[in-house]
Amino acid sequence: MHNTLVIARRELTSYFHSPVAHVVLAVFLVVSGWLFFYFSGLLIVGKASMRSFFALCPLLFMLFVPAITMRLIAEERKSGTFESLMTLPVAEHEVVLGKFLAALAMMCVGLVCTFVYPVSLSLIKAPGAALDMGPIIGGYLSAVLLLSSFIAFGMWASALSKNQIIAFILGLLLCFALWIPDKAVLILPASMGAAVQYLSANYHFENIARGVVDVRDVVYYLTVTTIGLVLTTRTISATRQ
Amino acid sequence: MSDVPATPPMIHIEGLTKVYGRTHALRGISFEVPKGQVVGFLGPNGAGKSTTMKILTGFVEATGGTVKVAGISVIDDPVAARVHIGYLPENNPLYEDMMVEEYLEYIARMRRIPADKVRGAIDTAVSRCGLHRVRGKDIGELSKGFRQRVGLAQAIVHDPDLLILDEPTTGLDPNQVVEIRNLIRELGKEKTVILSTHVLPEVQHMCGRALIIAEGKIVADGAPDQLSSDGGRLDVVVTGKRGAPDAAAARAVLNGVAEVAEVHERTTGEKDALAFSLTTKGNADPRRALFAALVEADLVLLSLDKKALGLEETFRKLTTAEAGKATPDDHHPKAA
Ligand SMILES: Nc1ncnc2c1ncn2[C@@H]1O[C@H](COP(=O)(O)OP(=O)(O)O)[C@@H](O)[C@H]1O
Ligand SMILES: [Mg+2]
Repeated sequence: MHNTLVIARRELTSYFHSPVAHVVLAVFLVVSGWLFFYFSGLLIVGKASMRSFFALCPLLFMLFVPAITMRLIAEERKSGTFESLMTLPVAEHEVVLGKFLAALAMMCVGLVCTFVYPVSLSLIKAPGAALDMGPIIGGYLSAVLLLSSFIAFGMWASALSKNQIIAFILGLLLCFALWIPDKAVLILPASMGAAVQYLSANYHFENIARGVVDVRDVVYYLTVTTIGLVLTTRTISATRQ
Repeated sequence: MSDVPATPPMIHIEGLTKVYGRTHALRGISFEVPKGQVVGFLGPNGAGKSTTMKILTGFVEATGGTVKVAGISVIDDPVAARVHIGYLPENNPLYEDMMVEEYLEYIARMRRIPADKVRGAIDTAVSRCGLHRVRGKDIGELSKGFRQRVGLAQAIVHDPDLLILDEPTTGLDPNQVVEIRNLIRELGKEKTVILSTHVLPEVQHMCGRALIIAEGKIVADGAPDQLSSDGGRLDVVVTGKRGAPDAAAARAVLNGVAEVAEVHERTTGEKDALAFSLTTKGNADPRRALFAALVEADLVLLSLDKKALGLEETFRKLTTAEAGKATPDDHHPKAA
């Protein structure tokens, strides 16, 4: 755990030194802010809710997470620092976990910045109208869970290729594959539908975002994240052959 | 080996093989390095030096064989073995966006140096490697020589028993080479060091022992001076007492000297003179006999120049069967 945290700290510092991370965060905030005010109906209806914002989170994360994770391993393998890192007295899974935590922290910084939305909602809502906090807290919780699963797979993509652009595209495809089964349900028979739906990150996201935290949804995310981290560790091991 | 030493050797490698896809990078190498020795690992490009070092540090997995560092199997417990090692990889990869100080602190923490000792450990590494002036600079801004010092500093920050340095002087200018060599020689006084190079004099400057590797096999193991004084080449220019001598006759005279192996004619700018390159048999020094033979034949010696063998020639000599001296550490029978 000690080494995991030392790595996480270095990675996080490195994020804040890198222009790419700043640009990604800024664009994320601009886009999500625009979507929030445009779709929330806030200005027209005066109805205070963040549903539309959270509904768009999966799509936003699908783009922004791979942009943050693409460098995690690919960059170090390209520059050679991966060799110095992997010859320190540290286990592979500690390296993977450290980098994962740094990327998660980075995305959470972006998420924390969006707190201005609920705050502004509570300020401009129609007098007397209650702001329902359940879906907002649920929304943020599911956003963090969704981020971890996307980051784990984005990082796997970064372990699969030394080329960051390829890692980005691969990461995007993997996140898309996690998200899409939900959308396929409409064209599937009901019996298969439920099973396929369970595989979709989006389905669980919407569940939690409703403000109802079900253990099954949380277990789903933790499982997907673990699978992504294990795959990353495996891939790193394989490069030592 | 009859008497087992009380402490295990710093490096113990036996029957090590490595296959990358279809490339046989290592074909069964075995050697031991006792504590305190400074070993030069010498070989042409592609010989397998880096591969051996990457296996020693647990970055690359061996295909077969035993590899132990301070008695710990690198294959079974790479993390424990790495505790004893300081490693400077080939091309010295560093995080360009970190400050020297910040980077050394990161390494110190990864090396699990207790929090209250980190400062002291960094100070020691900085002063040993002469990094005072650049402590607060970004690594990306440093000259090649300073980068190399940072690479060495990160390798010694935890005061390891064993230093593994992969081509520590490659790509430096001559002044920087001298500085880094002195630094390594200094470190070698208290640590076991194995460094790789493809430059023969490098080993003579820094190492007490040379291990020569070619095509994935150890071809020689011994003191560096031995290796370079093993035979060599003689360049001679001769002329006749009056005018140019007869080339065939002169060649016959040179060939007649017992220790001379081969005679090749060279071109020369000198008027009425003939130039030859001679290779010698094994360790022999035929200069005296040569001079006597030329006098006997009424020839005049204009120049006689003894050239040490270059690395390439040393390899050729060591890898060919008629090499004068037997290679002391040849492990053919051990190939399992
Ligand atoms: N990752 C790799 N994949 C495939 N072949 C490799 C790899 N690394 C090294 N080799 C091959 O193994 C041989 C030994 O390489 P190396 O150990 O780097 O030699 P040296 O360091 O002595 O120059 C070379 O033929 C090289 O091409
Ligand atoms: Mg090499």
